[in-house]
Amino acid sequence: MSVNVFVWIEQRDGQPVSASWEALGVARTLAGEGRVTALIFGAGVDPIVPLAFSYGADAVIRADDPSLAHYRCEPYVALLAQQVQTHQPDVVLAGATVAGRELLASAAADLNAPLLHDVTELTLENGKLRAVRPVLGGKVLSVEAVTGDGPQFVTLRARAFPLPEAQPGRSGEVIAVPPALPPDAIATQIECVESSGGTVSLTDASIIVSGGRGVGGPEGFAPIRELAEVLGAAVGASRAAVDAGWIPYEHQVGQTGKVVSPDLYIAAGISGAIQHQAGMRTAKVIVAINKDPEAPIFKLARYGIVGDLFEILPALTEAFRQRLK
Amino acid sequence: MHVVVLTKMTPDTEATVTVNASGQVHWGDKLVINPWDEYAITEAVLIKGAHNVQVTVMTVGPEAQSEALKHGLAIGCDQAVRLWDSALEKHDSLAYATVVAAAIRKLGDVDLVLFGKEMADLATDQHIFQTARKLGWNMLGFVAKIEALDFAARTVRVRRLTDRGAEVVASRLPAVISVLKDINEPKYPTFIGIRKAAKAEVPVWGLADLGLSAAEVAPRAQVLGYRELPKREGSAEIIEGATAQEKAEKLVARLLEEKIL
Amino acid sequence: MDFSLTEEQLMAQEMVRELAHDKIYPTLKEWDRKHQPHPDVLPLLAENGVLGINIPVRYGGQGFDYITLALVCEELERVDASLRVVMSVHAGLNSLALLQWGTEDQKQRFLVPQARGEKIAGYALTEAEAGSDPANLRSTARREGDIYILNGEKMWISLATLADHFIVFAKTDPHAQPRHKGITAFIITRDMKGVSTYDEKHKLGVRAGSTGGIVMQDVEVPVENRLGEEGEGFYIAMSCLDNGRYTVAAGATGCIRACLEDSVKYAKERYTFGVPIAHHQLIKQKIAYMQQWYDAAKLLVLRAGWLKNQGMRNTRETAVAKWFATEMSVKAALEAVQIHGAYGFSDEYDVERYLRNAKGAVIYEGSSEIQQLLQADYALGYRQDRPLRCEPVPYDPEYWQSEA
Repeated sequence: MSVNVFVWIEQRDGQPVSASWEALGVARTLAGEGRVTALIFGAGVDPIVPLAFSYGADAVIRADDPSLAHYRCEPYVALLAQQVQTHQPDVVLAGATVAGRELLASAAADLNAPLLHDVTELTLENGKLRAVRPVLGGKVLSVEAVTGDGPQFVTLRARAFPLPEAQPGRSGEVIAVPPALPPDAIATQIECVESSGGTVSLTDASIIVSGGRGVGGPEGFAPIRELAEVLGAAVGASRAAVDAGWIPYEHQVGQTGKVVSPDLYIAAGISGAIQHQAGMRTAKVIVAINKDPEAPIFKLARYGIVGDLFEILPALTEAFRQRLK
Repeated sequence: MHVVVLTKMTPDTEATVTVNASGQVHWGDKLVINPWDEYAITEAVLIKGAHNVQVTVMTVGPEAQSEALKHGLAIGCDQAVRLWDSALEKHDSLAYATVVAAAIRKLGDVDLVLFGKEMADLATDQHIFQTARKLGWNMLGFVAKIEALDFAARTVRVRRLTDRGAEVVASRLPAVISVLKDINEPKYPTFIGIRKAAKAEVPVWGLADLGLSAAEVAPRAQVLGYRELPKREGSAEIIEGATAQEKAEKLVARLLEEKIL
Repeated sequence: MDFSLTEEQLMAQEMVRELAHDKIYPTLKEWDRKHQPHPDVLPLLAENGVLGINIPVRYGGQGFDYITLALVCEELERVDASLRVVMSVHAGLNSLALLQWGTEDQKQRFLVPQARGEKIAGYALTEAEAGSDPANLRSTARREGDIYILNGEKMWISLATLADHFIVFAKTDPHAQPRHKGITAFIITRDMKGVSTYDEKHKLGVRAGSTGGIVMQDVEVPVENRLGEEGEGFYIAMSCLDNGRYTVAAGATGCIRACLEDSVKYAKERYTFGVPIAHHQLIKQKIAYMQQWYDAAKLLVLRAGWLKNQGMRNTRETAVAKWFATEMSVKAALEAVQIHGAYGFSDEYDVERYLRNAKGAVIYEGSSEIQQLLQADYALGYRQDRPLRCEPVPYDPEYWQSEA
């Protein structure tokens, strides 16, 4: 069985996103003897091409144009749909990031093609894809399958699939293509971007330190940030902390915030309401720090410390600093 | 000028969800407005307050979905439409988008469509992007603020939260916008709105009303069933110690031992 | 017999439930601990039209029925009694009395702004030596031409320092026999010269609510502010209680439900002997009783509400609802504290607050003892309702919902 797979390689400000390499890894497994093609759109994206080969691409379709510098729905969807239409791959993959979700769903709509969205497991049966994804606040898994015809579009939840081992030196065909839309046909213009300033994004983070109601106020996030800094971790928060105005919404983890799957999730002063669990229960290891030994978070955690987070967190920061030196 | 906002009922986020042996899912009887839609409906009503527009609240689903529409009316939407047909029983996101796009065309004078960021039950947002494509309109997703909206000049400027950071984007109407939860403070129904909603007869548009055939909404992907999550092992290993330092050092040692770091 | 609630009633109930839960509950405990009225309650109830829920639209209200008033009170007390107390005095004891007894001029001047939530209303009957025996009240009203001069002091008055309007009762004829025939009702406003108010602190319960006293010193009240006829005050006071007690009874069902819901949640979470305590039969028994009390209390309240909607006298039916619902709310709160164990004894959980609040309601607006005498006297034939000059106003949706 061999299938041809397209993988959209997402770049942000020229930096490829690791979810794209995870998708290449999945593509390699699905393709068998088939061909894996990486699609790289942007401006000045040549440095990404060898990386795509090293992570498993057999070929690269590269569109390099100022109109594609940053992800925008209209030019990216038009180009992806055009390339899929031309080459008729069996499967089109991307990471289920903010851009990836929009891009693949939109291109699938243009082509009336089947779509599986934000999946955490993916298998191929008789040429049709079957996937598993957490639903209902992450409380159950739904098993979904492609039943229609056409290229099968799939977005893969970030960090749900392993990052493939890079094989430097691999190489292949590079096809250069022009944009599908002329610049003046694009209504949407990005006027400015406030980058998150080098802090680790929640969805990409392998470690997250989160604070909840127990931090007591905006200043209570200071020990959380200090620990995050030592660990190279992202800072998360429960809805209670966000609603109280202690930390911006971008940091919210949970049903009405971000859904994350880090290797390590440290929850400090978070009781573990079901809505919060929806955002973090797929973390590989959860550490709970709470002064209430009855807090539901301890039922979810691998390790727990019962105590005052304002004593425990600085002690942890210090201990990590010593051990990780 | 006309704004359409989409909504639906979803299981209560507090509900206990179970899966039976045949892979069917149960979450008790209680349904609530999809939490994200509270923001979308409120935004639509705020736009109505600032511009001379009509607001229609719309859903795709059986009779049980009417409650979401009534809620929309009670908050201040002008009218409601429910889209449903037995052929939609197992619809996928593409069929949803096809039906909604057809209904919006049928309304005729729509300039803006609002969605909550996602459906909280199935955690899906693809139907939003696909609706925009089926309409051929500009898609502005993950919007934290509508900074400017000019129906006469047909322009819109929004602040979006993406993985890159916050982006300010200018675009043109007609457009589809999906909103995040910090876009506004959700409105509550008013008693007058409640009385109006309770009296309202909500029209149901089927495929025939929308000029669609069953083939055009045949699903291309389907849910086969549900599975329980793999069980997490028991309760936490509580790290004991006389002082915070001792507890912290023990925990770090455990994390390193287990190669978690 | 139709036990179903209308879509309109259910949506109104849901709206008030969410408002109280989202906007007040998160900060309620801190105000209860401080013994201070929660500052957001009155603006919230005013802005959302709750204060005028069952006043006709033409008088600035929302035009809903008496059953909806009960559902609203239940939801408010589900969060805290202090919220429901506002409805008891503003709507039950005052606004509905203006609707029943007020002249058109009084309705325009007082009821309209109250129903719109622009003015807050209170009710001042009780005095230091006139509680269960209101005919013993000592405040006086002396007529001089077109005004009355009021003197006296009222105690245990909800919203004493917050309300703008009060219905007060004073003796125009201190020597009348029987004593109650000398009582007359007046509408006074906070801005009248000679009116001063103060707060009572350190109550056992309803600590996030406002209770205090009103002192009237040579307050000049124009004759247009007299509610009803001279000597009619006692009948007005009692008819006010028919509505006030109704809101107290409805609120108590909310308190019982709070006890039940919190206990159910805790009993499933808390483990002893290796199982959730909900598996223990003695816990189940307590839960079962709370359910029974809630159902029975609610049915009594709904019956009273139905009578009110019909415009029928309901003194006995309302009184039995108030007596039963408040007594059961005390029992439910005691059981809820018991189920929560040591946690229930601390204010970490809400149930100790329910208990402190519940105790008040078996005292105010007719103590349980008074309610028992009243039921007995009706049964024994010692008491019967006589026609009133102004009968209770029935709920007519067309009249209540139309603008004019």
